Amino acid sequence: MSDKPFIEIDHVTFGYDSRRTILNDLSLTFARGKVTAVLGGSGCGKTTLLRLIGGVHAANSGRVVFDGEVVDVHDKAQLYRLRRRLGMLFQFGALFTDLNVFDNVAFPLREMTDLPEALVRDIVLMKLNAVGLRGAAHLKISEVSGGMARRVALARAIALDPELIMYDEPFAGLDLVSMGVAAKLIRTLTDVTGATTLLISHDVPQCMAISDWVVLMATGGRVVAQGTPAELMASTEPEVRQFVRGEPDGPVKFHYPARPVAADFGLEAAP
Amino acid sequence: MNFLQMLGRRALDVLASWGRGALFFLDLLRAVPAALARPGLVIAQVHAIGNRSLVIILASGMAVGFVLALQLYNTLTTFGAAESLGLVVNLSLVRELGPVVTALLFAGRAGTSLTAEIGLMKAGEQISAMELMAIDPKARVLAPRFLGGIISMPLLAALFSAIGILGAYVVAVLLIGIDAGNFWSIQQNGVDVWRDVGNGVVKSAVFGVICTAVALYQGYETEATPEGVAYATTRTVVTASLGVLAMDFILTALMFSTP
Repeated sequence: MSDKPFIEIDHVTFGYDSRRTILNDLSLTFARGKVTAVLGGSGCGKTTLLRLIGGVHAANSGRVVFDGEVVDVHDKAQLYRLRRRLGMLFQFGALFTDLNVFDNVAFPLREMTDLPEALVRDIVLMKLNAVGLRGAAHLKISEVSGGMARRVALARAIALDPELIMYDEPFAGLDLVSMGVAAKLIRTLTDVTGATTLLISHDVPQCMAISDWVVLMATGGRVVAQGTPAELMASTEPEVRQFVRGEPDGPVKFHYPARPVAADFGLEAAP
Repeated sequence: MNFLQMLGRRALDVLASWGRGALFFLDLLRAVPAALARPGLVIAQVHAIGNRSLVIILASGMAVGFVLALQLYNTLTTFGAAESLGLVVNLSLVRELGPVVTALLFAGRAGTSLTAEIGLMKAGEQISAMELMAIDPKARVLAPRFLGGIISMPLLAALFSAIGILGAYVVAVLLIGIDAGNFWSIQQNGVDVWRDVGNGVVKSAVFGVICTAVALYQGYETEATPEGVAYATTRTVVTASLGVLAMDFILTALMFSTP
């Protein structure tokens, strides 16, 4: 296996418009065949990072390198070739609501391959079995719970055995049991398939439990710290300690920047 | 200066939105061959889109036929031309009312439904999911609906006109007592299959392009929020209706400017 990183983010700056920069000169690498978790508060640019890797948006400056190839969003042929090698689990599943569970998982197989229907059926049932939902194949999407929907989406994401699996907030909104199931699945799938796994979350305990490497991001796409879960848990850096221990105030302020309280409540003249 | 700046910004916004619309339409046309290669998807959309509008089209066609026959009978009797009622009803429906009213109803029924469907797919990240699966959503989702709309519209307009003529028959022949043979034979003699029916079908197909492209564009470009989807469906009705009315005038001038 090559030692070169599978994904390289090289001095990337990105903003959805000229007024607000989401990622500012961000550089990161994601090791091949490992689970890397990117932790950070809401709005720090974690999901944007996934979208840049998938070529949904183009960086304002810098480059995103996918297994040695610079991602060029204007080269549709290259983009689609690279996307065939990745699977993505969206935060709320992004399942096709007009299809049932089976057809959702079969969708990429039917669209991207010429496999006979009998083989598609076998693969779909195997993938659903891997996420524990073989018995739910016939259910409509409206009939499955949030946790089950996330697992269906995971089965769909791995339908074509991708080399890179990206998870966008896989634990958000799940109960403790579903969260544990999802975390175990992510770790098992990486170990079994050897895929490179990129996990975006703000759930510290789950990420620390299953990741090989953890990156802690702050607003503006600034990397606060990175290392193994044990290294980050043992860190004495105030910002790292605040995040991994979930302290409400610290270097990351509880309050959004505002005028002084006295000015807003009319207790003194506004400056 | 502020007013000028505001005016300039507004003009630029309008031009930019026209540009985005034109590029979207070109993309849609480029995706059509891929959709044609999978006729099953197109047929499913003809079924879905056509069915969505069938009841309102048939009910409206019947009502228009009733009213046309009543109004025209009163006016034509004044000039002693009541026997030509069947012909006037037929030409009104086949040339104008069939294509135009069908398109306006289609924009309100199937058009808004398409916009909401695509908008909600976008809000639910289904479009993004497809893109990241290396599947072009314009080819897989939009183009089959586009073709489905273009095929459905002339079929619906034909049904509108047919049921309208039957409605007129009920009022003129069964209720008022105009001779049935005269009602049908004057249509047979006076209606040209290419000039009248053919041009009506061409109009419907053009209206199908306008209504479906506008509905899909509004859905695809909508802001992925409940308010955004609601606003987009309204824009679909307004833009598609105005587009149909403007294009109807142009097509009528081109098709029927000489007697």
